[in-house]
Amino acid sequence: MLVLERVVKTYPKGNRRITALAPIDLTVRAGEFVAVEGPSGSGKTTCLLIAGGLLDPDSGRALVDGHVLDAMSRNQLAAFRSQNIGFVFQQYHLIPYLSVLENILAPEAARGRSNNQARGRALAEQFGLDHRLDHTPAELSSGEKQRTALARALLFQPKILLADEITGNLDHVNAQIVLGYLREYVKKGGSVLLVTHDREIARQADRVEYLPDPRELEAPR
Amino acid sequence: MSVWRLVIKEIVRRKVNFVSGLVAVTLAAAVLAGSMTILRLHDLRTERILARKERETRQRMAVLEDDYRKIMKNLGFNLLIMPSSQKLSDFYADDAVSAYFPDTYATRLAEAKIVTIRHLLPSLQEKVLWPERKRTVILIGTRGEVPSMFRDAREPILVAVKKGHAVVGHELAESLGLKAGDRITLFGRTFTLSQCNEERGSKDDISIWIDLSEAQGILGKPGRINAILALKCHCAGNELANVRRDVASILPGVQVIEQGSKVLTRAEARDRASQEAAEALAGEVGNRRQLRDELEKFSSILAPLALLASALWVGLVFYTNVRERRGEIGILRALGARTRTILRLFLTKALLMGCAGGLTGYVLGTSIGLARQGEIGVSFLDPRLFLLTFCTAVILSLAASWAPVFYAAQQEPAEVLREE
Repeated sequence: MLVLERVVKTYPKGNRRITALAPIDLTVRAGEFVAVEGPSGSGKTTCLLIAGGLLDPDSGRALVDGHVLDAMSRNQLAAFRSQNIGFVFQQYHLIPYLSVLENILAPEAARGRSNNQARGRALAEQFGLDHRLDHTPAELSSGEKQRTALARALLFQPKILLADEITGNLDHVNAQIVLGYLREYVKKGGSVLLVTHDREIARQADRVEYLPDPRELEAPR
Repeated sequence: MSVWRLVIKEIVRRKVNFVSGLVAVTLAAAVLAGSMTILRLHDLRTERILARKERETRQRMAVLEDDYRKIMKNLGFNLLIMPSSQKLSDFYADDAVSAYFPDTYATRLAEAKIVTIRHLLPSLQEKVLWPERKRTVILIGTRGEVPSMFRDAREPILVAVKKGHAVVGHELAESLGLKAGDRITLFGRTFTLSQCNEERGSKDDISIWIDLSEAQGILGKPGRINAILALKCHCAGNELANVRRDVASILPGVQVIEQGSKVLTRAEARDRASQEAAEALAGEVGNRRQLRDELEKFSSILAPLALLASALWVGLVFYTNVRERRGEIGILRALGARTRTILRLFLTKALLMGCAGGLTGYVLGTSIGLARQGEIGVSFLDPRLFLLTFCTAVILSLAASWAPVFYAAQQEPAEVLREE
């Protein structure tokens, strides 16, 4: 489903380049829940953004469902993303002036389709948000916000879900609830790539990949 | 969830941002609509003023014509009485009388009971070479007006030249450097200049007037004159025929001709009045045009300034809005929004701002412009002005927001999401 082949990412800083993501090979198969664990600064988010086509690698390539992401144009990539990839972030990134239901349906605006009311309501119910449909994000708890973001990511039933530290702002109970939803999604055939620095969370995935700190790799021996 | 709904929800959420931009567009549209309305009112007012002035001029002209008709009727007409031996063809060719009759004719005519003749001016005139100055002049001897025995004493229309005095025409005075009080020598006789006439554009300008008896002496024509000018003759019906008959009965051997025509005089007077009226009207047109030019100049500075200020403000409003919504743009891009979707998201808002601003600006500007319309009934809805204002507001809003919106559409979602 998702393949990262010798993907490297660096950023310019002054006269030299800083390695944000050391060379990584990664595969996430259909129906597989993979966690990428690493310390802060190891390039977990960079890895996720490259996997979602939001960032181009300096070298190597990312493939989703056999499609090379950096070979696509900006708009082709947007269309591909809306059909195949779901994102969930630690900061939720909910749209503040929309209700829970409207936030769940927000991908419709991005995709230009608006006939998923029933699907949105079903997701809200599935994620225990049916009593919060008309509430704005400011009126939600952290767990509700993250569940709203998760429901939004799953609106168009993507083939792979990319989750960036999604339990980072949640208490243990809510974190388990959210992870439960991810496992449920995987059981239905979806793929999940979760990046986290939390070993406990990572351990709940089918497989864990470790990302070394690139600064350690660059350090003189 | 459509883009349209997203836009409306965002506007409702960030009212101040939208209203702030709306006020700027409204003001620009109001300035445009207001200044155009004021110019339109000015044009209409000018049309009305000119139409009224033309009407008044026509009325005045009619009154003036009537007045002239009455005046000319009272004024009568001028006659020249000459010896019958004077060939008219020679008179018209030379503009001078070369035959003579006794100067007592004037007295006889004055003593006769002819009611049609009022002022009698006998004269002796001849073209001569002024030997002392080597100039050809018309020497005219006059005794002034001969009083009528059968009329009330009236102020004479021509005063006699005293003996020893002379009056010279304009051209002579100018070319010889003469002025009132100077002494001149004419045929060996000394005269004091009592007056230098204004320019008349006729042979009068090279004429010298002296006392009749002195002229008769100089010209060797004692007791003779060659013309009597009868002024302001007052007749009715077949005017000239009546006067000729009357004069012939008193003075045998003379002929009477009319000098000038009262019809011609009246036409000239009317033309002159008409010309003055046209000049006054042209002056009014000029004043109104100048006022319009000033208004137009003012509007041509104010309107672009208002549009520019509004554009800058709208641009700033959208820039702020874009900065505020970076996270929203980033997540929409992550969810699969294309560049055109992001453009639509902001440009729809700009379009709404332009439409609303165009409408309210038109209403506001036109209301202010028409506030002082007075008696001029101008329709509130001018389709062309409305279209101009509305389109300008929409274009202004879209153009001013374009740069920040384009910047929003070009943002890299990865960077935004990482920063957020």
